[in-house]
Amino acid sequence: MAVERSYAEINARIKAGKVVVITAEEAVDLVRSKGVARAAREVDVVTTGTFSPMCSSGVYFNFGHSKPRVRADKIWLNNVPCYGAIAAVDGFLGATALPENDPANSSHPGEFRYGGGHVIHELVGRQKIKLRATGYGTDCYPAREVETWVTIDDLNEAVLFNPRNAYQNYNVAVNLGNRTIYTYMGILKPNLGNAHYSTSGQLSPLLKDPWFRTIGIGTRIFLGGGVGYVAWNGTQHFPSVSPGPVEGSIFAAGGTLTVIGDLKQMRPEWLVGASFLGYGATLFVGLGIPIPILNEEIMYYASLPDDKLYAPVVDYFTAYPQREPGNLGLVSYAELKSGKITVNGKEVPTAPLSSYPKAVVIAKTLKQWITEGGFLLAEPVELLPSPAAGIMGKTLVIRGAKE
Amino acid sequence: MPTKRIVLRFPASVADRPIIYYLVKDYGLIVNILKANINPHKEGTMIMELAGDEWEQGLEYLRSCGIEVQPLSEEITRNEKHCTSCGSCTAICPSGALYIERPSMQVAFDGEKCIVCQLCVKACPVRAMEVKF
Repeated sequence: MAVERSYAEINARIKAGKVVVITAEEAVDLVRSKGVARAAREVDVVTTGTFSPMCSSGVYFNFGHSKPRVRADKIWLNNVPCYGAIAAVDGFLGATALPENDPANSSHPGEFRYGGGHVIHELVGRQKIKLRATGYGTDCYPAREVETWVTIDDLNEAVLFNPRNAYQNYNVAVNLGNRTIYTYMGILKPNLGNAHYSTSGQLSPLLKDPWFRTIGIGTRIFLGGGVGYVAWNGTQHFPSVSPGPVEGSIFAAGGTLTVIGDLKQMRPEWLVGASFLGYGATLFVGLGIPIPILNEEIMYYASLPDDKLYAPVVDYFTAYPQREPGNLGLVSYAELKSGKITVNGKEVPTAPLSSYPKAVVIAKTLKQWITEGGFLLAEPVELLPSPAAGIMGKTLVIRGAKE
Repeated sequence: MPTKRIVLRFPASVADRPIIYYLVKDYGLIVNILKANINPHKEGTMIMELAGDEWEQGLEYLRSCGIEVQPLSEEITRNEKHCTSCGSCTAICPSGALYIERPSMQVAFDGEKCIVCQLCVKACPVRAMEVKF
């Protein structure tokens, strides 16, 4: 009889020290050798992981009231501007924020050596951060300016809140133009000089649950080296699954997550500031999701190997910036990881932007946490919109200044 | 007679021309090639020692061929603590000094192959590649 398993049963096995957890990489081998049915019977949980640059990340924080009080409508952490129009001493620091007076791309390509992501890395690393805030002064909040040094432990709250993380799949970026371009996908050499991709393929969380059967609001996850939760679907969550070019393969893309977690229990090695030449600053985020093996179908998708998972090749010289539809074909993660793919008949060297070795460590860490009994699986309060919801992305129509 | 260590970077268009022959024949230079990575129809690099009275003119000749010439006075090191093994340096490294070990996908750095072009220093998102003088 086909296996059926509940969250409660899995958690009971975790508490009893009997749970069987494997990483998605191990699931590939297990299903290959024993088949899906047997693997589903033997395994309770499959763990995934990814360590990638993820824009749409940030931290909201509350820094407590000064004496006299300030109604901080402008806030800077290490000279990087934060959003202050939340409440008197609440702020939000975005991963891509640049320091005041950063030259940006005025001398192209700009270096973007420091930004919000770097502040987050230093904050979680318990380094001293310069806090400056200004307000216009009110009867209840008379101070106009405060300036001080804080560590994360001085803050009431510091919460990592990332509106769009864990992209299910991503474009393989190439350059069909005749000059080097500097993008959020790295340096792309002209005339198909290189191809950059950015997911962990067979370890990538949302590629292993492409129909969103298990990942939903409240799912407990590995986030930034600590424990976090799925808060909502991510922004631009347009999941879809279609058959890939070879039998049994899939092209799943478009799913994203909003995630949240207490920054105070995270670790700097899993939240690392990043600088993309000519593009900007951002944050590498380490994120891992446990997939409960509720049935054979979930095991089947969780065990799909790199050669069954496909990504689209997209030109970043013209097609991407001009939002032209279509792509230059699909390639598998096995091809991408081999070091070369063929695009328009030309052999192109590939490189990842997403650290596979770190993804492996995340999946193994999560496996260890669950096996040791300290990390229970959370049944989602609600599942997220699946490909069946058919959500399509909206684009921005430029209508000009007049209504 | 001073000996200069220099790095040459060849565009694909001149990779199949006998540049070094002309350095010796026309400028009487003594060349000692330390590293070379030249392939037909591809960008190439070469590190060499150069000595002789007319080395200024020799360098001028190289530049006139579209070859980039820079002194070899620096070396690149990797800050292992900072490197996340993301891999974004590996496809732009022209000499193959930065490469991915398979199947672990760890990024490896072979300093022997490095030609100090410094592309990795700019490309590394976490600034793990450093120039040492």
